[in-house]
Amino acid sequence: MARMPTALGGSAVSAKTMSCSLDAPANAISVCRDGTQVAVAGRNIFKIYGIEEEQLTERANLRVGRKPSLNFSCADVAWHQMDENLLATAATNGAVVTWNLGRPSRNKQDQLFMEHKRTVNKVCFHPAELYILLSGSQDGSMKCFDLRRKESICTFSGQSESVRDVHFSARDFFTFAATFENGNVQLWDMRRPDRCERMFTAHNGPVFSCDWHPDDRGCLVTGGRDKMVKVWDLTGYKARESHCVQTIASVAHVLWRPDRKYHIATCSMMVDHNIYVWDVRRPYVPFAMFEEHKDVTTGIAWRHAHDPHFLLSGSKDSTLYQHFFKDAQRPASRAIPEGLSVGLFGDVAFAVKESLCSAEGSRKSYGPDRRYPFFFIRRQDPAEQFTNVSSALSVFESQPGAASMDWFAQTARRYGLSGGPLPELCDRNAAVARQLKRYQVAQIWTMLKIIYAGACAAGTVGSVGQGSGKAGHPLSSFTLKDGTAALGSEAKLDRGRLENRQDSLPLDSTITLLQTNEDNEETEGSDAPADYLFGDGEGDEDDLFIVDHENAPEEHEFILPQEGFPLRHEILDHPTTLDHFQDKTDSPHISGNEADSVSLTPTEGISLVSVSQPPFEHGFSTDYFNPIVRDMMCFYAEQGDVQMAISVLIVLGDRIRKEIDEQTQVRPNKIRMSFPRFLVNVLTGCRGALVHVLHRPPTAIPTLERGQRGDQTEHVPIHQLPEPGLYHPARQLQQLQAANEYPRLDVREVSTGSEQVCCVPPRGEGLVRLVSGMHSWRTPPARHGLVPIPHPLPDRMRTPL
Amino acid sequence: MAGRTGAAGRWDGLCSRDPGRRQAALDGVRQAVLSLSERLGGGGPPAPSPGCSSPADGLNEYLVRLLVLSRRCPFSDVRDKCGAILQVVQEMGVRIPRPLAEGPSEFIPEKEYLDSFLKTQHYLMHVDGPLPYCYRHYIAIMAAAQHQCSYLVNLHVNDFLQVGGDPKWLAGLDSAPLKLQTLSEVNKILAHRPWLITKDHIEKLLKAEEHGWSLAELIHVVVLLTHYHSLASFTFGCGINPELRCDGGHSFQLPSVGNCYLFAITNGNNAVEERLNVQVGSEQGTETTCEVEALMEKMKRLQECRDEEETSQEEMATRFEREKTESFFVAPSENEKSIDTREISRHFEDPSYGYKDFCRHGEQYVPTFRAQDYTWEDHGYSLVNRLYPDVGQLLDEKFQKAYNLTYNTMAMHKDVDTSMLRRAIWNYIHCMFGIKYDDYDYGEINHLLDRNFKVYIKTVVCSPAKTTKRMYDSFWRQFKHSEKIHVNLLLMEARMQAELLYALTAITRYLT
Repeated sequence: MARMPTALGGSAVSAKTMSCSLDAPANAISVCRDGTQVAVAGRNIFKIYGIEEEQLTERANLRVGRKPSLNFSCADVAWHQMDENLLATAATNGAVVTWNLGRPSRNKQDQLFMEHKRTVNKVCFHPAELYILLSGSQDGSMKCFDLRRKESICTFSGQSESVRDVHFSARDFFTFAATFENGNVQLWDMRRPDRCERMFTAHNGPVFSCDWHPDDRGCLVTGGRDKMVKVWDLTGYKARESHCVQTIASVAHVLWRPDRKYHIATCSMMVDHNIYVWDVRRPYVPFAMFEEHKDVTTGIAWRHAHDPHFLLSGSKDSTLYQHFFKDAQRPASRAIPEGLSVGLFGDVAFAVKESLCSAEGSRKSYGPDRRYPFFFIRRQDPAEQFTNVSSALSVFESQPGAASMDWFAQTARRYGLSGGPLPELCDRNAAVARQLKRYQVAQIWTMLKIIYAGACAAGTVGSVGQGSGKAGHPLSSFTLKDGTAALGSEAKLDRGRLENRQDSLPLDSTITLLQTNEDNEETEGSDAPADYLFGDGEGDEDDLFIVDHENAPEEHEFILPQEGFPLRHEILDHPTTLDHFQDKTDSPHISGNEADSVSLTPTEGISLVSVSQPPFEHGFSTDYFNPIVRDMMCFYAEQGDVQMAISVLIVLGDRIRKEIDEQTQVRPNKIRMSFPRFLVNVLTGCRGALVHVLHRPPTAIPTLERGQRGDQTEHVPIHQLPEPGLYHPARQLQQLQAANEYPRLDVREVSTGSEQVCCVPPRGEGLVRLVSGMHSWRTPPARHGLVPIPHPLPDRMRTPL
Repeated sequence: MAGRTGAAGRWDGLCSRDPGRRQAALDGVRQAVLSLSERLGGGGPPAPSPGCSSPADGLNEYLVRLLVLSRRCPFSDVRDKCGAILQVVQEMGVRIPRPLAEGPSEFIPEKEYLDSFLKTQHYLMHVDGPLPYCYRHYIAIMAAAQHQCSYLVNLHVNDFLQVGGDPKWLAGLDSAPLKLQTLSEVNKILAHRPWLITKDHIEKLLKAEEHGWSLAELIHVVVLLTHYHSLASFTFGCGINPELRCDGGHSFQLPSVGNCYLFAITNGNNAVEERLNVQVGSEQGTETTCEVEALMEKMKRLQECRDEEETSQEEMATRFEREKTESFFVAPSENEKSIDTREISRHFEDPSYGYKDFCRHGEQYVPTFRAQDYTWEDHGYSLVNRLYPDVGQLLDEKFQKAYNLTYNTMAMHKDVDTSMLRRAIWNYIHCMFGIKYDDYDYGEINHLLDRNFKVYIKTVVCSPAKTTKRMYDSFWRQFKHSEKIHVNLLLMEARMQAELLYALTAITRYLT
């Protein structure tokens, strides 16, 4: 370990992270003035440890006597910063006890004040007065003790709930701050016990801790159950919140770091065991973190008032640690600087480190274009310890009207669900869907007619897919404007589609069996640098069909009178056209698979389209198709298009009802989730982006949580999103995620190299990309050198590819 | 199927704002009922026979609906008309149902007390959350059934079916998905001996392969279970009557002396006993008038001497142990009443597994839970809110409201500071569960809560199904019903918090 000069007597001491085990969980620790000893207090422990060069050694046990007394069940301990023999403890039964280490007897207890009616949460010595001690209790009062007297000299009544912390100001002799369970902070003048000087609400819920800035007069930091750390400027007439850090768990302790103006150490009350040191100017990524403890950290203290390098901590896991700052984790250094913001109208801006977007050589590099105003280099501020990063910004703009649910209303209005024979209803609905450019849906209706209405099918269906090449389904329409995170190549695009089809459309995959048969795993596991999933199955399938139609020269040959699955027919009846098919997919992988599949076709190919007459004449009863239809309905329900599923259910009625069990019941709340779907899909296409949203916890992702507790996968600056109203896409996206998180998530590494890819199936279909080391940390835009983009996005900002 | 939808459609019209449509719908209903009645010939008493679908059953369904509508429908025309239809049917010689009780509670003529937690209830059951809706209701059924609370069971059986739950599950826990079956043990333990729950239980639930629960789901489950256990306490504690439309809420039997017996059993309430008690109550009446004054005097004395008297540590510790031990002896006698559990016992496995006091057997001894080491406000809240957002906040508000609620009255006295009394009740309940507050003098409980009151608390909290009107009447005789309801709210919330604390501690242990 490096030896370095520290403030400890000016001499060089060994610098080392070290620990010792205590006999019992600690509730609080306090360091003596010269930084050589630390007091550890808890329900069943009260000991003094010496901080030596190589280890922490027990110096004294202050719990003497046979019978454990509640007076020594410590909630807090304070070591006087002027007298190294003087300590005070706060007891859970309401006692305040002072200890004099200079006493010759074994029992070092000095005074006992039984004045509080409830648990005493905090004791605090005056920084400049030898005999003044302050206590804050659950009973809502604070008491000031003069240690030369037998009882308190004055009582301050907060007139509100329990006092959680009290702190004398480091600068103002008579001032102290008290924090309360109801979220208030009060400032008191010791000479005025009748009322507080000032009161403001700092947090939502209890304020567990506060600390005065050692140098900045009137600067107070508070930490609360609402997971916030807030820095207050109290110099003005009104308390002003100057900084705010959102952590991932209730904040139990806050502590300014000596000699570092903007640094605060925090530890949390529950769940999170780490200690973080934040730079308040960078509220999203901890400046440093210590991950040694195995249970909640209950007490933290800097070893010396002028040494920022050593932090001591006690924990529920019955250990005491000295952390050496050089050994701390620096999450910021591991983080990939990137940022995501969702605009008011559903646009998504995504910034990522420049070097990263050009790293993938296989595809076109979309470096920053200096012509555009949203990129410029920020001048470095030498005072800041941040590395400057230049980023490229991609803007994904939602197509005008893409988010519109017009088709939904139209469909609802025009569908026929009853009052006619089945074939008629199917035809009508197919026509409606076609007019709304929802070709796949139209096909489904047509097929349903064929399956269930058999004989009536012939000759009623017009040719399908004569629409434009545009993806028909509005949900999926979202244009990628900048290629930073764009698709690698046509091949990938195709593959993505194929994969997606396999995943998401059982009906289709049965019919098309072969094209996608089993190639799924292979493609997914393949080594391609980028596996972009363009998640929305519907649009892509339409796309695919349409592309097929348009590109296929022999289109007319493929089309059967009844339905529109020319490809299948083609494959079955004319194996020679395989070449044509292969031409379409650049990837050898796929073509290989396709070849296999095709060879399988004759044995397994019960293709709907290969028959020119109603299927049941071939010996298939409608029962045969029921599971497929059910799967189709499930697919639509999963896709958020409950309307389709329900319409089919109603139209088919008893024909399908027996297939519908509790598994296939559609939860009605899914309906409003259909809207943000496009966002998911786009986000899955660009690296890292979705992570922000996905891991926004209402319900933490179980697997991630267990596996990577320390990585704070959930650390998402929610407040960075535009204030999400109920119907805002961002908000809905969050809800979607929340709702989709209850099935167990499957996280696996898909590609190798510097990136991890997390696949988040079952409901939240799509691909989440986790760049290793990034773990959804988000750096503030300022570090990116980005200026905020006004909304809505002007057209000229489309980056040329 | 079609008939059913047709019938449903017939009722739907009654919700219309348009009086004309309502009228039309009513006429439809009227005709259907009359034709059914005629078909039955008007002579045969339609004996309710669950399971077999006879026209009589169909008619009964109609009649019960009509009964509910005639009492509860917000539209006066619908109320009147429904009443009239019933009248006509009765004149045709068909037996019509009649309500067995007025108002929601048999004991208390009040209606508004349930409001205080509706928000939480709504969030737990009807707002997006980790669990599917039918699971939520099924868990509610499991929890309520654990305390044989037929009121809640019936309520949620209905809701369960409404949200599309599979009726097959209701045949018993065996028919439910395995995932739900795994909850049975935790349900039992939480209901009766929450201090026995360990991280192993939690681990079992989380790690059960494909039947495993996620953490968020588990929190939801735990909150639901504890919520419904304590709700069962409240239901029995206040003697809530079965809903009009449920079994036990109405009767096709004509009112007669013999009938009281019947419904006393099915309801789990003791009408007969009540009659027998009338004399006893009146005898005791005079001597208890000064009960309230005595209590207030005690509170005053305690308030004064709190500051002076210095109690030794040992004394304080033994006081807690004494209350804890004593709480066992105030248990109600085992056979105070019999409950018809056939219907509800199928939802849980082992009906014999009841509340066991942990002082009774050596092997049951569990170290005292130190309240200050794991508080709801600090730890419980943080955990719940992390995994199931907003619920922590809602529960927190609910606990605080219940704890701080006061009208500053005691019986006929106004402007009384009741905080000491409320704290004693709260801490006594927690004491029964082994939760100890370092900063509380358990001697106060002994001064403030008399034996009758303790018996009531103990019964309501630990074996709510055994609560009787006699118990309810015999404590705090001068106090108003609203004050007793207030006590019940305290009981409910304190119990829920105690259960939650144990469950959450186990989850926290599992996480660390």
